[in-house]
Amino acid sequence: MTILDARPEAQVGTKQSFGRTPAPATADTPKPGRLVDLFEYGLDSPICLTWELTYACNLSCSHCLSSSGRRDPRELTTEEAKGVIDEFERMQVFYVNIGGGEPTIRPDFWELVDYASEHHVGVKFSTNGVKISPEIAQRLVNSDYVDVQISLDGATADVNDYVRGPGSYDTAMRAMQNLYDAGFENFKISVVCTRQNIPQLDEFKAIADKFKAQLRLTRLRPSGRGADVWDDLHPLPEQQKELYNWLVAHGEGVLTGDSFFHLSAYGDALPGLNLCGAGRVVCLIDPVGDVYACPFAIHEEFLAGNVRSEGGFHEVWRNSELFARLRNPQTGGACTSCGFFDSCRGGCMAAKFFTGLPLDGPDPECVRGFGEDALTKRKEADSIPKPDGDHSHSTVRGPRRDGKPVTKSRPVNLTLSLRRPEAPPVSACEIDPLAGFRP
Amino acid sequence: MPIELDSAWDLHPQVSVRPEPFGALLYHFGTRKLSFLKDRTLLTVVQSLADSPSVRAACVTAGVSDADLPKYARALDTLVISSMVIQRPVTPSPVIQRPVVESPVAERAS
Repeated sequence: MTILDARPEAQVGTKQSFGRTPAPATADTPKPGRLVDLFEYGLDSPICLTWELTYACNLSCSHCLSSSGRRDPRELTTEEAKGVIDEFERMQVFYVNIGGGEPTIRPDFWELVDYASEHHVGVKFSTNGVKISPEIAQRLVNSDYVDVQISLDGATADVNDYVRGPGSYDTAMRAMQNLYDAGFENFKISVVCTRQNIPQLDEFKAIADKFKAQLRLTRLRPSGRGADVWDDLHPLPEQQKELYNWLVAHGEGVLTGDSFFHLSAYGDALPGLNLCGAGRVVCLIDPVGDVYACPFAIHEEFLAGNVRSEGGFHEVWRNSELFARLRNPQTGGACTSCGFFDSCRGGCMAAKFFTGLPLDGPDPECVRGFGEDALTKRKEADSIPKPDGDHSHSTVRGPRRDGKPVTKSRPVNLTLSLRRPEAPPVSACEIDPLAGFRP
Repeated sequence: MPIELDSAWDLHPQVSVRPEPFGALLYHFGTRKLSFLKDRTLLTVVQSLADSPSVRAACVTAGVSDADLPKYARALDTLVISSMVIQRPVTPSPVIQRPVVESPVAERAS
């Protein structure tokens, strides 16, 4: 799931500095300086927005950011979703990243994609590939407005299926083959970097090259079910360095959704905006229409409003209290004295929040190791916030964060009896107040 | 190809422009690339291209001084490299291009 992949390809200006010199201190109106400094004050519309269409999913990935599995009965209807697309068009949201759950299993998915295209809203959708048949691939290749992103978390079936579930590797590979055969060039292969797959970076690149696709690497966040497995999956310190070096070596050729800016303290900044875009340039709309500051922060603390409320998404983006608060320069807190604060900016807000760290302190994966000390303390204090909402399938998963054994589903005791009705059951729509009454 | 100040250039038809407090955002639906304009005057130049016979005329419309012209030309060059701005195709005669159903009054008015 991304934040910002459409990198600032060109920053066109005439008299401002583009270097790393900080902008002059400003009051309410930002003065020209680094783009990042301007973006800290937010934009009139998001550059890029993640929209999760459904919590329903055919898989149960152990690190799912949105704890998806089962559909939520309150999910936006087709008409409501079209209304949201109309708003995007009015606000000139150039494109949206559609995800879920598995968005393609919504029966109206293709209808919504077509509707977005007709209204000049580009769509990049993330999928595990389950619906990408040869016919669908053929259809996708003909659209300028649609881009596809296949999720793959291992370059081999064993590594991938360990987190994404049995058969998911084959599903993804089949989808990629179908896209390739249809001539869809440059679709994205999205990899969440884990302890298990960091040794496979070159293999991922080879898969992408083979399918004429573009590789996209993103950070594992302790959000959703990811919080349960983060301790076991997140890259080890030496792997972070390996990842950083690999990203530097591959530069612009590999997308990152701007998700590794906390690694910038290793040396030069990685390509991208390198700032926390939450509520400033990005946000998340979840399947029930709730708007959160970022896709990794599904928690009431980061809930800005709902698209169903008066004024819709436009009102939430422009005027929500939370977003107004986020649209200020980040304070460094404990990190201010660190020489690398200017490049890493304290790291990821969601990663700190869901590991129980203070938001103005170091990132849990701070490359200087400051996060680890803080993590030890928070574990002792046992003060870790739980993600809001859980739409997981009621299947066995694990391991659990508290170390207790995963409980298997228990049998439910039922007593079945046979009682023959004397009359047909009364319909719920019956309006007669005496319906069903037998004196 | 560097931009030629005395010929006509246009925004690419697949490019969308969104004004922002700091300037503007440009998005190219074909290349899926973003560009940022960090200057409101430059935004006016870009928006004036379509109605101007030349880049120089668009800059005049936007109020760019002669002294600043080279800087704006350089900025536009960057947009040419990313295909955001393209040279206007030479058309045989603008009269033939007009739809025949268009009202003659409107033509006179223009």
